[in-house]
Amino acid sequence: MAEIAEGGGGGHGKSGKKRAKKQSTRIDMTPMVDLAFLLLTFFVMTSTFSKPKSMEISFPAKPKEAQPDVEVKNGLTVILTKDDKVFYYKGQFNARDNKDGKVPTELTETQLNNEGLHKVLLELNDYAKTEIAKFEGKLKRKEIQDSTFKRMAMEAKGDKKSLTVLIKTDDKATYRNVIDIVDELNICYVGKYVIIDMSAPEYALLNEKIK
Amino acid sequence: MPKIKVPKSAPSIDMTPMVDLAFLLVTFFMLTASFRMAEPVVVDPPSSVSDKLLPDNTILVTVDEGGRPFFGISNAEAKLKTLTTMSEKYKVKFNAEQIKKFGGLSSFGVAIKDLPRYIDATETQRLKFQPQKGIPNDSLNDPQLRDWILYSAREANAVYLRERDKAKEAGKDFKGEKPRYAIKADGKAKYISVKGVIKTFTDMEIYRFNLITSLEGGSSTPTAHK
Repeated sequence: MAEIAEGGGGGHGKSGKKRAKKQSTRIDMTPMVDLAFLLLTFFVMTSTFSKPKSMEISFPAKPKEAQPDVEVKNGLTVILTKDDKVFYYKGQFNARDNKDGKVPTELTETQLNNEGLHKVLLELNDYAKTEIAKFEGKLKRKEIQDSTFKRMAMEAKGDKKSLTVLIKTDDKATYRNVIDIVDELNICYVGKYVIIDMSAPEYALLNEKIK
Repeated sequence: MPKIKVPKSAPSIDMTPMVDLAFLLVTFFMLTASFRMAEPVVVDPPSSVSDKLLPDNTILVTVDEGGRPFFGISNAEAKLKTLTTMSEKYKVKFNAEQIKKFGGLSSFGVAIKDLPRYIDATETQRLKFQPQKGIPNDSLNDPQLRDWILYSAREANAVYLRERDKAKEAGKDFKGEKPRYAIKADGKAKYISVKGVIKTFTDMEIYRFNLITSLEGGSSTPTAHK
């Protein structure tokens, strides 16, 4: 205030020169910082989330010549159908009127959650689960390297005693269900799975169930 | 006792270094961020626990809710070459401007005879483009999807090999990736339509895919999981 009065009055008359004001030239940078950080947040968010995740999967090659049906040991067949319904049966498929006198296969309904399929899978895949748990313990105690752990886990999953899962779908199943199943298998340490077509007797049995 | 002088000015910090830093980071993220191009359909992929990132060099088939296949390829050079090959095979002419514009297209789902018209359309017109029935995928009569995949795979591989050899000659590290095949399908799509696309691949003896998923919990729609 005093300065203004001084400049305005000019009564002192020492010199005609105007004094440069001694006020600092600083600008308030707060809004600029605000803006900068806003932009920063935006770019950080968009750049990290824009890259999609993916799941690697292999499909079976078409056999060049017809192959005999091999009996899958420790096999589980999961059948997907409309309305997110899931059925499964263990082992080989036996038709109603099979001549070997085996017990005909029945489909069991289950759910895609921790109480349903998750439990079934863990139960059947006990070998891989316990093996991998052992390796995990070793890894934690630094007895084995990370790469060794991965290799051993792969071997345990591929072992004959581990579970093999066949995923079959009908025309009404959604893609989400298939991904959910594959996901569940990955969680339950199932390394051997394949998505294949359903056979006619299985289809008939399924239709009976979901009528 | 002398009074302690209280400075009259408001306490202030010098913000310049902070601003410098903030703008440096902003510049960095702006330059590194790659913007997604507008996609012809909104696809909501199902969620999974997989946290593998999608490789950069991909040949992508998108399947929307209705089961229509869309095709896209990330490598720009291979993309243009594929268009040239396809245009020769299907006798559809593209002018220079259309070819240039095609390079900016992310993915598309029209038959090749409609493609020139689709390229000429503006972005908003493309959303309402008719007929957008997806790329014909009839293995016997109209195997356009197969041809797109086949030729683009060939071109993308050629580009990859050439770049790798060039890097080898110059004695540099080569960071490029082999082209991978990716399928991005909507969670609500019928599996049978995805199966059709997978069959197209397996018929060409391509058996490994990357199925694009969103991170568990990241999906906007609830899944059967929860």
